[in-house]
Amino acid sequence: MDDTSPGERTRRRAIFEWLDERAGLTTIWKSVFARAVPETNWFYTLGSASTVLALLQVVTGMLLTIYYVPSPDHAYESIQFIMNDVAFGWLIRGVHHWGATLMVVVVFLHMLKAFFVGAYKWPRELTWITGALLLLVVMLLGFSGYLLPWNQKAYWATAVGTSIIGAVPIIGPTLMEIARGGSQIGAITLIRFYGLHIWWMPIALLGLIGVHMYLIIRIGITHPPERSE
Amino acid sequence: MGHGDDIGRRKFLAGIIGVVAGAVTAVVGLPAIAYIISPGVKNPNEDEWITLGPISSLEPGVPTGFPYSRSIQDGWVESTQTGVAYAVTHDGQTVTVFSNQCTHLSCRVTWKQDMNGFFCPCHDGLFDIDGEVVAGPPPRPLDEFESKIENGQIMILLEA
Repeated sequence: MDDTSPGERTRRRAIFEWLDERAGLTTIWKSVFARAVPETNWFYTLGSASTVLALLQVVTGMLLTIYYVPSPDHAYESIQFIMNDVAFGWLIRGVHHWGATLMVVVVFLHMLKAFFVGAYKWPRELTWITGALLLLVVMLLGFSGYLLPWNQKAYWATAVGTSIIGAVPIIGPTLMEIARGGSQIGAITLIRFYGLHIWWMPIALLGLIGVHMYLIIRIGITHPPERSE
Repeated sequence: MGHGDDIGRRKFLAGIIGVVAGAVTAVVGLPAIAYIISPGVKNPNEDEWITLGPISSLEPGVPTGFPYSRSIQDGWVESTQTGVAYAVTHDGQTVTVFSNQCTHLSCRVTWKQDMNGFFCPCHDGLFDIDGEVVAGPPPRPLDEFESKIENGQIMILLEA
């Protein structure tokens, strides 16, 4: 930085000020990143960790759609192709696979932290509710993504998972058939799980993360409860 | 206020966040570039020499069609490429092998003894025994395979 000439520095400053005046960069920086927070501990980083994992899942997932085919006659082979023939395909899929598991763990720990410090109380009930919805979305993402490799484990896990829906009294069997798109797990199940996995749930996830964060920025975060409280 | 330490600590932490974020981006971002371009620069198929049949089976001046096939790898999809190659000899020693694809619109040509040429039924294209255009719309002579004779067998090169 110091090796730049004063003229160059003035020019950069001018460009920044031009942008700042129009886009309000300083305001965004102050309200999102430089906002005042109480004294906290490391458990308060679990929310950021969840966000980073979510973004990582979005990026690696988008990369996987470049080769993956959600059809019974190509799903398994296209994943074999990603793993064995595409450069770093094993890495991209590995990050997505383990990132998914890690995401469920981190999101759950994040929820536990919010519970134990009482962060669900007034005025943060909405943050808690959107968080609960986010947990549900993450679970559905995990469940729908599990079928996509179309191997034995995927198939039978989905068979068990969708059978559970069938246990609902009276309307259960109908609900199960709606979930599967038929009485058996097949091509229709695969494509609807795929649609759920790459469109509906990710958009719900990003939307809810937006609301969740807006509320956090608007209200601020709690501090860990103290003995006197 | 004696905040010299605070600013140092703040800068240090911001630096760590920057390094970690940069590392995550690099670990996923750089392989992603290779991930996207790799099938584009890597052809799973190789040049392949295919045996058609013995040169002794050829009658000089009469083209003989040999069917051939090989498997083609297209990503995770395997398909079979089939075709007919016409081998022609004038002296029983050297051969010229023509593709049976018409150079006009890739219909299949066949050797017609009565017309003394390779005839394409789609638009009445006609090629002579050396593949030259005699009549019809074909813009250039029949394509030739690179060929060789090994142990009396005619072989052609199918390119990747």
